[in-house]
Amino acid sequence: MVADRARRVLLGGAGVLLVLGVMEAASRTGVVDAASVPPATEILSGAVEMAADGEFGGHLGATVAAWLSGVLLAVVLAVPAGLLLGSVPVLDRAALIVVELLRPIPSVALIPLAILVFVEPGRVERSLVCYACLWPILLNTLYGLREVEPVAKETLRSFGFGPLGVLLRVSLPSAAPLVLTGVRIALAVGLVVAVSAELRAGGESGLGIYLLATQSGGGRPDLMLAGALWAGVLGLLANGLLVAAERRIFRWRAVR
Amino acid sequence: MLEIKGLGHRYADGHRALTGIDLGVERGELVCLVGPSGCGKSTLLRCVAGLLRPTEGTVTLDGNTVDRVPDGLAVVFQDYTRSLFPWLTVRDNVALVLRRRGLGRRERRAAAEEALAAVGLADAVRKYPWQLSGGMQQRAAIARALAYRPSLLLMDEPFGSVDAQTREDLEDLLLTVRGGEGGMTILLVTHDIDESVYVGDRVVVLTGAPGTVHTELRVDLPAPRDQIATREHPAFVALRAEVGRAVRRP
Ligand SMILES: Nc1ncnc2c1ncn2[C@@H]1O[C@H](COP(=O)(O)OP(=O)(O)OP(=O)(O)O)[C@@H](O)[C@H]1O
Ligand SMILES: [Mg+2]
Repeated sequence: MVADRARRVLLGGAGVLLVLGVMEAASRTGVVDAASVPPATEILSGAVEMAADGEFGGHLGATVAAWLSGVLLAVVLAVPAGLLLGSVPVLDRAALIVVELLRPIPSVALIPLAILVFVEPGRVERSLVCYACLWPILLNTLYGLREVEPVAKETLRSFGFGPLGVLLRVSLPSAAPLVLTGVRIALAVGLVVAVSAELRAGGESGLGIYLLATQSGGGRPDLMLAGALWAGVLGLLANGLLVAAERRIFRWRAVR
Repeated sequence: MLEIKGLGHRYADGHRALTGIDLGVERGELVCLVGPSGCGKSTLLRCVAGLLRPTEGTVTLDGNTVDRVPDGLAVVFQDYTRSLFPWLTVRDNVALVLRRRGLGRRERRAAAEEALAAVGLADAVRKYPWQLSGGMQQRAAIARALAYRPSLLLMDEPFGSVDAQTREDLEDLLLTVRGGEGGMTILLVTHDIDESVYVGDRVVVLTGAPGTVHTELRVDLPAPRDQIATREHPAFVALRAEVGRAVRRP
């Protein structure tokens, strides 16, 4: 187990180092234009510098706030909706079709519409994140409910529990791992949408706003890429946290 | 107490699982159902439990038609592995159903631990079902049903996965709890003919496809029953042979 893990970390680290090395070499040797794609070491030092810079911190914080609040709103809406739709067979089928139809519409395609409707950039961003995150969560909740063991439901029913009791005490915990996977997908999607919305809708602060600023006045590609790097780190962090939580909470699922 | 009249069931795929079942069970009686695999024993229990609406006939409990799960019911499902909740510890699996018994949190846990100890799982209360062997899981499912103190207990091959010694212990445990106050009525499905005669007040032999009642035999054996003495009793030996013949010669 431990050896396995160490091996994985080592391999991952080696992979990252290799990519950085190639990038560094490509810029330094002039294979790519160093003015537009600076060497990896410069991007990294830019990233470190930015971490200490309060202004960048503010931008990052604004994106994180919009991102997480959008995802949270989506969870609050999609999970109960999924539970409701998923427990009524007719609605379940209809809902799946509707969701499958709506899901392929890229949320970024809705940015202009959202700007028209919500006007204020912060609201545009949050609502778009929420919209994009609704689908994976709703879909996974619906699929999770379909996989609930019928005998487990019958068991609780036979002990005198009503439909609500069965829903909350068997269906929900049983579907929870898939719901959480949906949230994990939503987090990744949400970050993309948040930054895209900032790039397009503007506003006061946010990672996207910062990236736009690095473009102006000659441009600072090192900072631009460093900003993008931080967005990647955010996504990685969120995913890692949720994977760890899944492992811990849903140990029962891995074993079965 | 329990009246089954003209019960028949045809599944949605057209398969006829039961037909013309008539069976009465008195309060406090322990009736064993034996019969070949696929003859509809589980289907019959599910109709009695109100989990399945029969396509013909009626089940009445204390004069009321069973059209939903009746109060005071507990079921030990044949598929005990799927019947336990893997996200709860063994103790919480038991404690959860006791919510319907209006017990407080502490009382529920105490009752759960007591019932688990009675089936020999005192050391496993904090484990998860998937950390237990098949026989241990089966005992956990039995403990859950017994802790509930049902007035009607349905057991579908409850002792199928335990060793012979534990099986005898569980049979005796069942005989002890049914003797307690409250008078538990029990329907028990088993493949083991000896077991049906040993624990039953009555043995009902079903024959298959579609399932019907073949024979009903009253078990008149001295109480309390004893694993050694009862099994060598001439009446036991005779009954066992009779049930065996009924099962073999449909
Ligand atoms: N959901 C279902 N749909 C269609 N047919 C079913 C269904 N459940 C059971 N059957 C059929 O009904 C018949 C009786 O099934 P049942 O499970 O009641 O048998 P059983 O007596 O409990 O058998 P066993 O001793 O093997 O548990 C079988 O032929 C089975 O194939
Ligand atoms: Mg069966």
